Amino acid sequence: MYEQRFGPEVLALDCAGETARIGQWLVDSVARLGRRGVVVAISGGIDSSVCAALAARAFGRSRVLGLLLPERDSSSASARLGRQVAEQAGIDYLVEDIAPTLDAIGCYRRRDAAIGVLFPEYGPGWKSKIVIASGMGGKMHYFKLVVQQPDGTVHEKRLPPKEYLEIVAATSFKQRVRKTLEYFHADRLNYAVIGTPNRLEYDQGFFVKNGDGSADVKPIAHLYKTQVYALARHLQISEEICNARPTTDTYSMAQGQDEFYFALPYERMDLALWAYNHNVATAELAPHIGLSAEQAKAIYADIESKRRATAHLHERPLLLEKIALDLMP
Amino acid sequence: MTSDLKQQVRQFILDNFMMGSKAEVPDDASFMDRHIIDSTGFLELISFVEQSFDIQISDDEMVPENLDSLNNIERFVQKKRAAGIPAGR
Repeated sequence: MYEQRFGPEVLALDCAGETARIGQWLVDSVARLGRRGVVVAISGGIDSSVCAALAARAFGRSRVLGLLLPERDSSSASARLGRQVAEQAGIDYLVEDIAPTLDAIGCYRRRDAAIGVLFPEYGPGWKSKIVIASGMGGKMHYFKLVVQQPDGTVHEKRLPPKEYLEIVAATSFKQRVRKTLEYFHADRLNYAVIGTPNRLEYDQGFFVKNGDGSADVKPIAHLYKTQVYALARHLQISEEICNARPTTDTYSMAQGQDEFYFALPYERMDLALWAYNHNVATAELAPHIGLSAEQAKAIYADIESKRRATAHLHERPLLLEKIALDLMP
Repeated sequence: MTSDLKQQVRQFILDNFMMGSKAEVPDDASFMDRHIIDSTGFLELISFVEQSFDIQISDDEMVPENLDSLNNIERFVQKKRAAGIPAGR
């Protein structure tokens, strides 16, 4: 139970103290894992930029490898911003275009085939994205497929389950191929892999299992997105990155994270999640996120529903019998 | 007494969302309150109802009053069917 007055200030962060705390934890954790440094994939977004900067400070520049892993649908800014982050942190980095691998494994072909079921005319020059919509009085979500013709005309249709799952499964190749490369480089260097989710993403299951969800250490998973932005400014990450709205950078049409997954933009979602975690009454939360108490109640229900729906993503493989493995120091 | 329509939907729910369980799904039980369906299940349920009963469900019809129990689905499907049959037939 919280005792302070509720408001945006609950997310205030002692950035210098937190940077030191995370740095020490990172070094201790990687040593505990018996690794010599870390690999971090840098997307040009705020989370991976902060993780790269934290790692460079914690381990020194020579024990961090940055990876830039663009593909066909990556925003043109991603690679440029990624380079900027790596160069500013002073770490070595490699650029590996994963589009040929994704092509070979059928990522684009399988996705486009599923899109073609709804829009048979979909083809070269078209763009697409999935957006979340709310049904059942805000208690259930469903997804719409939005496509853009080469002339800019936009169409949308509700996604049936088969095509929805097919498109998500196909696009998840992107996160999984990236992780495969991260572990290749980590293995050859005897490094650990950094996972870059913030608390909102980690808590609400906004990641691909065995994709971006896979890692050896997740240094900012306890931080609300607002706090990650604060840390970014403290670490002097560029204004362009600090001012950008979070995107998925996964679909060919520009797609905000709140358009795809979260019920509210991150500033308000952070407050709602903090409030939920600290048993703040919905009536007290509501004015801070610009909603009625009834709507705030629906946000709490949404938080619970996403936790339930994605709990399996956090699960280790289930075993029929418990097996004692007490080997970690 | 439970109708054929409700029995058909109940069987779909038991087979698809509860792995063929013999659990009870009372006619008036809320699928959401009992956590019987998640978001993907919700999409599957809508597709099943549309295909099985030959109706189209619009976005604004996806409300608990129409879909969140066997009773509600039956009432909704009957209303849609009645509206879809031209007068005089």
